Amino acid sequence: MPAAGESPAALRLEKVSHAFVSARRTATALREVSADAARGTVTGVIGPDGAGKTTLLRLAAGLLKVQSGRIEVLGIDVARDPDQARRRLGYMPQRFGLYEDLTVRENLDLYAKVQNVPAAQRHRRGGELLHMTGLEPFLGRLAGRLSGGMKQKLGLACTLVRVPELLLLDEPTVGVDPVSRRELWEIIDHLVHTEQLTVMVSTSYLDEAERCQRVLLLHEGRLVAATDPASFTARSTGRSFHVSAAGIGKRQLQEQLARTPGVIDATIQGAFVRIVTAPGAQPPADSLAALAAPLSVVAVPPRFEDSFVAQIKQVSAPPPPNTPAIATGGTRSEEEASAAMTRREGRAPSTTDEAVIFADRLTRRFGDFVAVDAISFQVRRGEIFGLLGANGAGKSTTFRMLCGLLPASDGTLRVAGYDLRHAAASARGRIGYMAQKFSLYADLSVAENLRFFASAYRLHGAQRSARIDWALEEFVLGPYLDVVSRDLPLGYKQRLALACALMHAPEILFLDEPTSGVDPLARREFWLRINALAESGVTVLVTTHFMEEAEYCDRLAILAQGRVLAAGDPESLKARARTAAQPQPTMEDAFIALLEAAAAPQAA
Amino acid sequence: MRESLERLAGLLHKEALQILRDPSALAIAFLLPAILLVIFGYGVTLDPHHVPLAVVVEQPDAITQSFVSALGGTPYFTTETFNTIQAADRAFDAREVSGIIWLRANFARQLTSRGDAPIGVIVNGVDANTARLIEGYLQQTWATWLAARSRAQGRPAGLPVAVEPRVRFNAAVSSRDYLVPGLIAIVMTLTGALLTALVIAREWEHGTLEALMVTRASIREILLAKLLPYFVLGMGGMLATLALAVTLFAVPFRGSLLVLTAASALFLLAALGMGLLISSFARNQFVAGQIAIIVTFLPAFILSGFVFDIGSMPWAVRLITYLVAARYFVAILQSEFLAGNVWSVIVPNALALLLMALIFLGAARLGARKRLD
Repeated sequence: MPAAGESPAALRLEKVSHAFVSARRTATALREVSADAARGTVTGVIGPDGAGKTTLLRLAAGLLKVQSGRIEVLGIDVARDPDQARRRLGYMPQRFGLYEDLTVRENLDLYAKVQNVPAAQRHRRGGELLHMTGLEPFLGRLAGRLSGGMKQKLGLACTLVRVPELLLLDEPTVGVDPVSRRELWEIIDHLVHTEQLTVMVSTSYLDEAERCQRVLLLHEGRLVAATDPASFTARSTGRSFHVSAAGIGKRQLQEQLARTPGVIDATIQGAFVRIVTAPGAQPPADSLAALAAPLSVVAVPPRFEDSFVAQIKQVSAPPPPNTPAIATGGTRSEEEASAAMTRREGRAPSTTDEAVIFADRLTRRFGDFVAVDAISFQVRRGEIFGLLGANGAGKSTTFRMLCGLLPASDGTLRVAGYDLRHAAASARGRIGYMAQKFSLYADLSVAENLRFFASAYRLHGAQRSARIDWALEEFVLGPYLDVVSRDLPLGYKQRLALACALMHAPEILFLDEPTSGVDPLARREFWLRINALAESGVTVLVTTHFMEEAEYCDRLAILAQGRVLAAGDPESLKARARTAAQPQPTMEDAFIALLEAAAAPQAA
Repeated sequence: MRESLERLAGLLHKEALQILRDPSALAIAFLLPAILLVIFGYGVTLDPHHVPLAVVVEQPDAITQSFVSALGGTPYFTTETFNTIQAADRAFDAREVSGIIWLRANFARQLTSRGDAPIGVIVNGVDANTARLIEGYLQQTWATWLAARSRAQGRPAGLPVAVEPRVRFNAAVSSRDYLVPGLIAIVMTLTGALLTALVIAREWEHGTLEALMVTRASIREILLAKLLPYFVLGMGGMLATLALAVTLFAVPFRGSLLVLTAASALFLLAALGMGLLISSFARNQFVAGQIAIIVTFLPAFILSGFVFDIGSMPWAVRLITYLVAARYFVAILQSEFLAGNVWSVIVPNALALLLMALIFLGAARLGARKRLD
């Protein structure tokens, strides 16, 4: 095999373009992408949804026909000899490629046989992988019964039964809790060190991208950046600031800053609003016209995410003037607020001390299994309250009880003043609910979906038309009116789902993993809308596994094994994880520290 | 070669485990056939049996008495006697009876003088098939009775043509005897096409096929690993149906087991080929199931001659039946069960099956690539 000496790159892409042609339209997934991955390195492929990440990996794995350009895997032309290339690479598809009705052992055995791992080696390698992934105790368990994190590790183990030279991982950590994500990365680092493995991994988690030696940033099929994470981050040096203003709520401040010219990005981070300015633009002056209070602007070191957002916004075409981009999302909030006020007969549209959601010793049992164990919390009007937790922590069960979809076994639960035991239906009329997978009718157009949901909430005639017009304008769905919702871009699907949930102008909005699988840009836009809603007095309850999104919450509760592990505002939760080694813990650090602390007494 | 066998063995082992653990696969392979067998063996019968008839006897005497008891004496009818047609009509309208036999007041007199007499027959024509059968049985009973009466009187029958019915192959004229063999084609279509299309679509859905494609397993091994287990399952279904047909339902089997097995194997290969072909473009279970039912299961039911006679279909539909593999198999099955090894039936139909198996398997093989596009 001459390959090792000849080509220094494990993977080389030369002007690779790819388009998907269907009867109705042609979608370009990749445009002249040239890049390479050096042996023994980890390359991260990042970019918004639909950027072409999966297409890139599938092309490298020989799963798609190379339409134009050239791809070399370990010196082998993939178009010419895909079988030879496949013999030397490992590939884990997005859904891990596991047989759910086979046990952990049977899955491993299958892949070992299919990859012709010699029997003697099979045993040793299998043992090693099981040890590394911590799956030893679960050998006899069906893969379908494993948690998301364990499935992902088993999937990885299956691709590694025969040591590949190049490992391709397609979004291996989607829907996996933070602890498992961290463990997966430890395994990858270990493999790179001990087995000289080359890894290419696509991810929508930017913190994972920072762990790579090199990142490839794709946007709309183009390679926007190919560099190491540190230099990538450095691209926005001198453009990142923390802004605060005395006496002004951080949400209101964020909204104003996002609308300020020269500000590319504005997010809430702790007590501050973090902004990134356009190249060459000055940081905002001491005060903003719209705000009376003076601003304090402090330069801060750039983050990876700052560069990510800046780079993508830079290459994206500026939005046409009649399309209010995220920055103007707030312009309609006053109207929305006043509409909400008239509906609620003049109740104060801001945070009050009145508890809109009141849960006391809420418990749900399934047979002997206690899914939710006496949890208590209160959510005030106009507050954004987050429920955080790993898979199986009891988030979904709690959520279903709050929506009146599942009766509580024990405890008290009041939503919008109604006891859910007796008046679940009345309470539901005050609730808007956006389910995890958006629950839209994929075959209906945008207009049809809106009409259906309006009717489902018993809106008729003029009232119905008014709400639909509101939704089309507020969510800028007008241009997509007749598009079948299956064909909508993901970000627009999310807007439509939110519009449907808000059809009846609910007082309380439940969001179940609303941003799962959505890229950082679409997440930002989404949260701007949610902020505007909260400002107008809507109470928002959200579950998420994106720890940085916890920053958007006023208060949150971290759940583990059906109990509230900790509750409070983001700052105080982060403060608990502050150590000498980690003076600036992130929400994720705090989450992991809390979980570890909770697990420790049990382990001892 | 050794490596290839090892990979195939791994895939086959996996497939076997999945079949054993998946209740829906077992249900389609065994439970559904069993239900069909019970329905067709016991429930669905196209023969009239104890059909309730109203007999209007306007003037009862020994002759009418004799005819009424001749009617009641057959297994086809049970009779209820009325005095007036109005009363019989009421029973007919109330669906208490399916037909009316009307013997007028002059029935006995005409019969004695002319040796023949008109009888009125009214049949509920809602179910045209049954109506025609009732009509046929009535005519037969009438003729038999007349002949017996003439013989008793030492006179030749008064009919211009003496009909002596002789039914070949299915002497008992039992529809069960020809429905149950045809069921084998249905059962094999279920496992061959429907189940195979479903399990492969499931692999697409779960992303397991995508993962397998990047392994050393060749596309031939992947296809073979799907073909072999479901071939075994389908042949098992055939043997089980055969055993039940012969034992439980006492359907005669006049052909040879060898011919039946060979023909079944050919048909199953064609069905598997269709299943594989469907799954190469239908990548989710819902679509795969729908397509498999529409292009394989329903035609096997309706257009194969299993229930409905192909000869009496309009020519356009009859042309379509030539595309249905089950048609050729059902012909062989009916011959094997009811007539024996009729080579003039078996050979051309078996050749047609062979051709279809080659076309479908070939197309499936050509359509399968280790790629997603």
